Amino acid sequence: MSVEVAGMGRAKADGPLKLAVPRGALLEGTLDALDAVGIDTAAARGGSRSLIFPGEAITLVTMRPSDVPTYVEAGAADVGITGKDVLLEQADRMVYELLDLGFGRCRMVLAGRQGDERLGEAERRLGMMRIATKYPRVAERYFEATGRQVEVIEVKGSVELAPLIGLADGIVDLVATGRTLEENDLEERQEIAVCTARFVANRVAHKLRSKEVDELTAKLREGVAQ
Amino acid sequence: MRRFAGAAKSAKMIYPIPPGTRDVLPDEMRELRRLHLALIEVFEGRGYGEVATPAIEYDEVLARGDGRTADSAYRFFDERGDLLALRPDMTVPIARLVATRYANAELPLRLCYLANAFRAVRPQRGQMREFAQAGVELIGAPAPQGTAEVVEVLEAALDAAGLDRAVIGLGDADLHRQLLTEFGVEGEVRNSVLERLAMHDLVGLEVELSEAGIGEERCATCVALSQLRGGSEVLEQARALGGAAVERATARLGETFEALQARGAADRVQIDLGLLRHLGYYSGAILEVYDPALGYVLGGGGRYDGLLKRFGVDLPAAGFALYLERVHVAQMEEESRREDS
Repeated sequence: MSVEVAGMGRAKADGPLKLAVPRGALLEGTLDALDAVGIDTAAARGGSRSLIFPGEAITLVTMRPSDVPTYVEAGAADVGITGKDVLLEQADRMVYELLDLGFGRCRMVLAGRQGDERLGEAERRLGMMRIATKYPRVAERYFEATGRQVEVIEVKGSVELAPLIGLADGIVDLVATGRTLEENDLEERQEIAVCTARFVANRVAHKLRSKEVDELTAKLREGVAQ
Repeated sequence: MRRFAGAAKSAKMIYPIPPGTRDVLPDEMRELRRLHLALIEVFEGRGYGEVATPAIEYDEVLARGDGRTADSAYRFFDERGDLLALRPDMTVPIARLVATRYANAELPLRLCYLANAFRAVRPQRGQMREFAQAGVELIGAPAPQGTAEVVEVLEAALDAAGLDRAVIGLGDADLHRQLLTEFGVEGEVRNSVLERLAMHDLVGLEVELSEAGIGEERCATCVALSQLRGGSEVLEQARALGGAAVERATARLGETFEALQARGAADRVQIDLGLLRHLGYYSGAILEVYDPALGYVLGGGGRYDGLLKRFGVDLPAAGFALYLERVHVAQMEEESRREDS
């Protein structure tokens, strides 16, 4: 089945504003926020495998949260919603961060094994810690800013595994409730950042479609205030 | 040199090129050449003589023009041990050229160029490390008429490239700097606020401003100003927010806009009080170019009245540069759009 959407080529469309919607943990909150400002999200909710949901004024494009800055920076999507953790990790992507949407609240933390002094021990006796993370650039910046030397080890899957079987002394990861940490005998040591969902815009769309972008921003801001 | 594993095994040898660079083959070259000629014809037709400068300069010379030479990706030593760098843009080399070769020339001086420049950008992001820029420099013509002339030439260049939907953003480089000084925000804090503004990180901006302790109303003024963009009505909206810095910047922008109107060149100009450019030498009017067919900025420029002074000749100046490859992409998109409709 092919979805006919005007101007879906390389060029930015002149038609509806394209909004990048993150799949996964932020999906529910994103669709609720969009519902609240009068955007029809019924099609995107139905568990459909389609990626593009055309609408009258706004077309929803679903993707991995970490791809949102990529699509928005290039103007393939005009605006988008993604987590601050993604924006921090991809800080060099030139997207305009217009609004803190408040939902999807998580914290980026440094964690180590419960009751285990390996983190401090490694720092004292070996001069550096080994840190496993899915956010290597956030971790590097954080330790650099706090004057500590670390070896950052990038992993793709469950980070909690790394300190348990000796790949790393600690981890930098996102926690919502802290249950995953607890279940794996890990505990938080330091908070690095608080991350919530953010509304972002492409630089050119922000200039050339200013009315639509401003209106949507204002409506979303009202939704956050409530 | 790095070779891909296995390259030697196949009959055909594949030799890579450094990231962020590329080859241009005849079909594309033909179109780029046509675009190049069309642009230079516009520039020459308006009295801008084409110049070329060396791709390598002394690093010290580039740093004199713009302290933030972190942009030049490629630095190396020559046989005498002098530090050289590939130019990150053409404005500083032309400032050097004017100071050395045209110190006593009749003003204004009109120069144009089409040249490759080099920056340490991360590849795979619609941006190359080696890229072609086409632009003009107008030296010795102060604001507002000098700025208006440059915008007029820019519009003619966009027309010649077939980008009739392109929009030029016009902002003021001093607005936010002076506003923050007026609010008593100085030093490190001011720099990080300006950095947030340049990146348009409004969430971070509000945090930085509230930490600066200037009060809610002033925070709101800064944020609101950065979102004002549109026709001449935004100047009124800005003035309503008050303050001496805003007054001065809107007066400057108003004069430039009137000069543009008098030339019949204001229709494609969007006044944008949120505009901030990263390059360190801008003062007063700044420009950015957008086309609806492309998500990236096509080019930019503005006034740099203090730049020539750093090279010993105190002259007002303004100019712009278009990224040739991006203009070419936009041109292609606009052509296919016109064919579709």
